[in-house]
Amino acid sequence: MPVSNAHLDDLEAEAIHALREAAAVFAKPVILYSIGKDSSVLLHLALKAFYPARPPFALLHVDTTWKFREMIAFRDRRMKELGLPLVVHVNREGLARGIGPLSHGAAVHTDIMKTEALKQALDLHGFDAAIGGARRDEEPSRAKERIFSLRSAAHRWDPRGQRPELWRLYNGRLNPGESIRVFPLSNWTELDIWTYIQRENIPVVPLYFAAGRMVIQRNGMLILRDDERLTLLPREMPELRWVRFRTLGCYPLTGAIDSRADRVPAIIAELSRSRTSERQGRVIDHGNGSMERKKVEGYF
Amino acid sequence: MDARPEGSLLRFITCGSVDDGKSTLIGRLLVDADVVPDDRRAGAADLASLVDGLQAEREQGITIDVGYRYFSTPRRRFIVADTPGHEQYTRNMATGASTADLAVILVDATKGVLPQTFRHSAIVGLMGIRRIVLAVNKMDLVGYREHCFTGIVEAYAAMAERLGLRDVAAIPLSALLGDNVMRPSAAMPWYRGPTLLGHLETVGAAPREGQPFRFAVQWINRDTGFRGYAGNVLGGSIQPGEEIVVLPSGTRTRVERLVTYDGDLDRAVAGQAVTLTLSGAVDVGRGDVISSASLPPHVSDQFAAHLVWLGDAPMLPGRPYHLRLGTATATATVSELKYRLDIDSGSHQAAKQLGPNDIGFANLSLDRALPFDTYDDNRETGGFILIDRLTNATVGAGMIRFPLRRAANLTWQDFTVDKAARATVKGHRPAILWFTGLSGSGKSTIADGVERRLTALGRHTYLLDGDNVRHGLNRDLGFTDVDRVENIRRVIETARLMADAGLIVLVSFISPFRAERQLARERLVGDAFLEIFVDTPLAECERRDPKGLYHKARLGELRNFTGFDSAYEPPDAPDLHLRTLEMTVDGEVDRIIEALQRRGVFD
Repeated sequence: MPVSNAHLDDLEAEAIHALREAAAVFAKPVILYSIGKDSSVLLHLALKAFYPARPPFALLHVDTTWKFREMIAFRDRRMKELGLPLVVHVNREGLARGIGPLSHGAAVHTDIMKTEALKQALDLHGFDAAIGGARRDEEPSRAKERIFSLRSAAHRWDPRGQRPELWRLYNGRLNPGESIRVFPLSNWTELDIWTYIQRENIPVVPLYFAAGRMVIQRNGMLILRDDERLTLLPREMPELRWVRFRTLGCYPLTGAIDSRADRVPAIIAELSRSRTSERQGRVIDHGNGSMERKKVEGYF
Repeated sequence: MDARPEGSLLRFITCGSVDDGKSTLIGRLLVDADVVPDDRRAGAADLASLVDGLQAEREQGITIDVGYRYFSTPRRRFIVADTPGHEQYTRNMATGASTADLAVILVDATKGVLPQTFRHSAIVGLMGIRRIVLAVNKMDLVGYREHCFTGIVEAYAAMAERLGLRDVAAIPLSALLGDNVMRPSAAMPWYRGPTLLGHLETVGAAPREGQPFRFAVQWINRDTGFRGYAGNVLGGSIQPGEEIVVLPSGTRTRVERLVTYDGDLDRAVAGQAVTLTLSGAVDVGRGDVISSASLPPHVSDQFAAHLVWLGDAPMLPGRPYHLRLGTATATATVSELKYRLDIDSGSHQAAKQLGPNDIGFANLSLDRALPFDTYDDNRETGGFILIDRLTNATVGAGMIRFPLRRAANLTWQDFTVDKAARATVKGHRPAILWFTGLSGSGKSTIADGVERRLTALGRHTYLLDGDNVRHGLNRDLGFTDVDRVENIRRVIETARLMADAGLIVLVSFISPFRAERQLARERLVGDAFLEIFVDTPLAECERRDPKGLYHKARLGELRNFTGFDSAYEPPDAPDLHLRTLEMTVDGEVDRIIEALQRRGVFD
């Protein structure tokens, strides 16, 4: 890892530029706030970009109803502190049908409660741009993603037909029904995110920090039983382990890692030694090309 | 003097063909820099497959789109744009190069300098990358022999000189085995230079602070009692109290504060995102450039530029496009295509249009004057994109080479008798009836009926007919897409003069392209403009065939015939849609006369 962090200034300026472009060219842009570390950085950058004014965006959280309780508590606390307007959207139809990760599996749950729900929310509120914290280094298909990325009226991504993106001239022009996903953090890595969180002292969900937690082992993952909906299988026994989460999503689909990193500098040190990829603990990404397929269908 | 602090960001691009081992080299850099996680590495068949991202690429074994990779060493953070080498993807190379500080050009040591090496280097030069690394790969396959390397270096030096690329560092390496990538090669003791990674860690990124101050206004920050201008410093530096000029208005004032979330700054330099406040009440909007008062940019509505064509549909001179330059938007047309650059030989070829992946040199004309620098002086204020006005796709990228000021010597002469005065004498307002439809659809018949009716009503008219105009004013034009665009442009200007004279102008032209009909509507704004779609199915037009043209087209004796081998783009929202199979000519004339009355052309 770099001894100096001068590159963070470059990345910060690039992200602020993208956020200001989104504010200037779209009629109704929204920040997709998913409560994780990338969203926390994105929100912090939005506060910086428009200072002394407030960020001219609404915030949208697509709630699958299976997020960690600590995530929801953190979300509500931050919104109250910052006084920002938050729209929470749940796919009510999916909820009524009882769709969940345990009963229907990761793929169906993600499709209906995340991808479908996101499309519903964008249509319902007429957002013409959705600003997200996705990074190109997260997954190979994301490496080809634009900073201003076009979606069809059906919210589909056409990876073969993307608009060329030259210099910093983002093309935000839309035909009726089309929208743009904006990714200001495209060029950041996981390590950049944490060194920036440290430098800027940005609050994040405590689940990122190691603590003694009761977890079970299932399908090779350490799962935190966040509520009673997750029933124990025969011979499954919760055990106390020092763990933390590298990414946060729906709790039954998100594996913890053994870790003693209880502060940001320890996380940075841990990442510098890490031998596994960031999203390795996410069930929904597994399978060849699965993220690309999800993205084509409209997933963030 | 231009070395940036250690830990800074270096953006570079790799150029090479499918077989040069480009993906292998990037895979090698990622593995040597130790950024490839075990779980991802375990699933990769070889180094190259760590890099090829999209499913289609894995299936075809080629790289089809620009991909960005990230790695860092203790000394520096890198972003590498991996761009396809296949020739149909020139646009991807231009895209990757547009943000790069340095280019790594790969040459296969077993093959030497190839035509594509020239092509890649020419694009790199055109896109303003000054620093080149000539990476001679696959040295293991030529027995690590020095003379293989020096032969290639000499051949490339001649090429680089021709292209004006002066800063070239040549490194012999093997991406597959890792020689001279990060680890100095024991097999090539004759080479004493740095490894590739060693060179990339220490090379200076492009200096921008020595340039004159430039700042493109992105967003107006209005808060209680506060008005500031948010944007990035695009060149030079600025301090509170310095005099600036706002362009294109030319207003001069001083910078008051440099506002950021972390407190006001004493100085802001190129690359930084800040919010400026200015002294006094100044009218500043998005798209304006705030600049050094002593060294301002050019301000003009015309310039000469290199164009890289990215769109699938060809660039046609005279067709309007949206232009994005900095944060400003304007309408631009290519007023003259000087030549097409043959990227394989460097020669200039006469051309009437640019196809996908073509590079050309052209004069552009804008609908208003904008501030800009030449691309050599500042990439951020001298590079622009062109956007198709109908699809909104990004279709062109341009690098401004010099300003043109011909229009500055022509001023508009105002006369006493104006359009309104002429209309009063005529007893009706001017109007344009634009008939569009296939050959044989009935445009001329209906237009003739309308003109006879208007004349009987004592109205003053003129009919511009496609075939008739082609006998005189447009006799030098053929039927290619380029000539069709010019044909319509001249007719628009002629109709404009006639409307100015107070006439009701009937234009009966196939006018197959939406873009030109939209241009007509915009050029004739202020007049009553009716787009009339004479909608007759192709089969019916062919059955009628009043001029025998369909017959000829069927026999292959007529090329570029609309509806056959030349497209007709029907109007999406015409003012009048005449379905001729369902109506009589008299009924159609009635509807047009009624429409003119509704528009208040006459009572």
